[in-house]
Amino acid sequence: MFYDISLYISLAIFIIGLIYKICRWLSRKTTLEAKDIPASKRLSSAIKGIVVTIFSLKILTLIKVFFLDIIIQRKVLQEDSFRWLTHIFIYVAFILLLLMHALDKFITSALFSSYSATLNPFLFLRDLFGALVIIGICMAIYRRFILKPTRIKTNPMDTYAIIILAIIMLSGILLEGAKIGSYAIYKNMVTDYAGLEEGEEDFKALTAFWVAKFGTISPDIKAPFKDEMLEAGKEIHEMSCSGCHSRAQWAFIGYPVAKAFKGAALTFDKAGVHTLLLYIHFLACFIGLAYLPFSKFLHIITSPLSLLANSVMDKEKSDPANIATRQALELDACTHCGACTSRCSVGIIIEQIENINILPSEKIQSLKAVVSRKEMEEKDFRIILDGAYLCTNCHRCTDVCPAGINLEELWFNMREDMFQKDYPEFSVLSPLSFYRGLMRETIEQKDYKKPLNLAREAIASKCDLMKTPDKVVSLTPADKELQGSLVLSDQASTFQGCFGCQTCTNVCPVVASYENPKEVLGMLPHQIMYAAGLGVRDLAFGSNMLWDCLTCYQCQEQCPQGVHVTDVLYELKNLAIRNVYKD
Amino acid sequence: MKFALFLGCNIPARLTQYESSSRAVLERLGVELVEIKEFNCCGYPLRNIDFKASILASARNLALAEKENLNMAVLCKCGFGMLKHADYLMKEDSSLLKEINTTLKEEGIEYKGGIEIRHLLSVLYHDVGIDTIKEKITRPFKDLKIATHYGCHALRPSEVVKFDDPVNPTLFDNLVSLTGAESIDWEKRLDCCGAPLFGVNDDLSMDLTEKKLLDAKQSGADFLCDACSYCHIQFDTVQSMINSKGGKNHALPPILYPQLLGLSLGIDGDTLGLGENKIDITSIEGFLSE
Repeated sequence: MFYDISLYISLAIFIIGLIYKICRWLSRKTTLEAKDIPASKRLSSAIKGIVVTIFSLKILTLIKVFFLDIIIQRKVLQEDSFRWLTHIFIYVAFILLLLMHALDKFITSALFSSYSATLNPFLFLRDLFGALVIIGICMAIYRRFILKPTRIKTNPMDTYAIIILAIIMLSGILLEGAKIGSYAIYKNMVTDYAGLEEGEEDFKALTAFWVAKFGTISPDIKAPFKDEMLEAGKEIHEMSCSGCHSRAQWAFIGYPVAKAFKGAALTFDKAGVHTLLLYIHFLACFIGLAYLPFSKFLHIITSPLSLLANSVMDKEKSDPANIATRQALELDACTHCGACTSRCSVGIIIEQIENINILPSEKIQSLKAVVSRKEMEEKDFRIILDGAYLCTNCHRCTDVCPAGINLEELWFNMREDMFQKDYPEFSVLSPLSFYRGLMRETIEQKDYKKPLNLAREAIASKCDLMKTPDKVVSLTPADKELQGSLVLSDQASTFQGCFGCQTCTNVCPVVASYENPKEVLGMLPHQIMYAAGLGVRDLAFGSNMLWDCLTCYQCQEQCPQGVHVTDVLYELKNLAIRNVYKD
Repeated sequence: MKFALFLGCNIPARLTQYESSSRAVLERLGVELVEIKEFNCCGYPLRNIDFKASILASARNLALAEKENLNMAVLCKCGFGMLKHADYLMKEDSSLLKEINTTLKEEGIEYKGGIEIRHLLSVLYHDVGIDTIKEKITRPFKDLKIATHYGCHALRPSEVVKFDDPVNPTLFDNLVSLTGAESIDWEKRLDCCGAPLFGVNDDLSMDLTEKKLLDAKQSGADFLCDACSYCHIQFDTVQSMINSKGGKNHALPPILYPQLLGLSLGIDGDTLGLGENKIDITSIEGFLSE
């Protein structure tokens, strides 16, 4: 009764959770285009897309992906054979346990009329599958907590996944061990199946046989036994028990457990430990089931869907409604395995720029929060946007994702979406924007220029002198802090050698591009060198010239004084960005 | 001859023909390339934002190559410039090196400064050698005029990169001449392609690109030859964006140097990925001698 009620409750929570998630996939907005598409349209587009794909040649692609990427998981294998083995052990053996053991009433019994859980091969296989899952769990623990690959993060959800699996497996094994040794269970079964009662001679003989051969712990009947007694016991065993019982030793994990707890078996029996373990075992399974839609185990459903969808969709041809739905689903398909992070091109810089969102495996979690939460503190939001922009769009995360998530497209769409909030993001003023430039035809004209203008304006707004060009600048006292801070590369301090000959400005291709360069660029290279020399912070930071510098090094190469003009400009950019962040 | 091939971020993602053509050419010339999967961003795009982050990214690559005891062959000039810069600065400033190594040691690597960083063109010119290449040329070009684009970050700052004479370089011209093509003289040959500002100030970036192409074309070039991922994407993808806006006076197809050299070595156009360029360059095969 309790079993049934808890099963149905957890099943109900699981189904409601799944429906809730599906609704989220149809309503979450990760692309700008998606803003105008109602959920109903996304649902109909999804159904249409699925039906059309299944009845087309693309079905062959789907079948191929199903076997290679979902069943065999070749992407994981290509990246890391240890992780592949870990996952194969856990998922293949767990599915087999689920089918053969947990659902035995529906599947195994239907397939094998002589099925009994304690009969071989089922007895042996149950322990074998259990052993494989446990080996997998140990490997996962080893990787996450002992090996700790560089920059791979373990979050509470990863720990939960390992713990719930471990509880299910360990309670199962202890339960099996407790049942093997249990005299109470033995006694009841002998009464039910052999019709013998405690005290009878035949009962004693059978008990002797079971104590000797099956690991049963009897309170009074103990080894050594006479051969005749074992012989008699064996006869009764073959008559009444052997139809359902293979030798308990075949349970090669449960049996040693029973042996190990031999001394405590009778106490356990009295205390009803096996009943307790049974409750723990099935309740852990039901909790796992109920919580599945909200845990990383949802990837059992979402990762295959993501792999399948990505194999037949492409950015140009697919319905924008379906792309939006796929991306919303992808946010739930991440297993937080860290493959993306371990191959991330800029992952290393987190050691210098402390922003966890640089790492793709963490970025996707944060973006999920951005999409899901209506309100977010400006500070948190901007840290996520900054992390999302510190990306060279090298596509490696997407190439290695075992869940097939098109991460690069997700980053791109989410960044564009986040720019709508009008917070300045300063990394846009760097060659990291090269990729965005190449994608400019996919962005609305007004949206394209906005973040670039915002960033420049935010920096310039900190520089009062640039806003009031007529103001008389006081040169004393010099800003020693600025002069002193230009030492990052140990070369920028060469600005002190500048005597204002203007060679840098004369050879600058950017300056040469404008008829009236001062109007567009603000300060020209030689003026910036001079401003830095004088320590006039506002003039050095506020000029457009800084952000329009090509870094072609013509100025530096030609400077007769050996001023590292380009390097100084680089450092001023660093400092300007640091400055606006400080505020 | 063995090098760790450094591809950077752009080439595997959007310029695969640069890798395939370089591999084909270097294989033909007996250069062995080792792939180091752990290589990361060269650091160049990060320099505007955080100097130390860019040096750290660069240094990690150097340390990984050094661990394998290999010199690096770099295809991209911005990547080449950045790696050279990081190497130079860490050799100049021992406290910087120490600080970077403290971080690198957390993942069990360290940079000691014992490797050479070479651009693809230097590998061909200095390591393989002009004479060796000359011997292998089977189908030299005829009547082909090439505008050779050097790329800023290979040439400057010269005391750091030490690639060639920064004022009057000849290395790339000589390599182009080897193929039988004529490397023409043009005014803007040492100027920037405009790529560093693409995405930041597109009008300026495209204007510089257009002027440069126009100069090359007016100087009589049939094609422009480059050897850098940023430069090439700028001359290829960005040029096609400029062209689609109308006005094609400047239109000039760009070819990657290993594609040019590969054709004259008798390697077929498919292997060299000619078809992967955005602007059609297959007509260049018409300049090959039979």
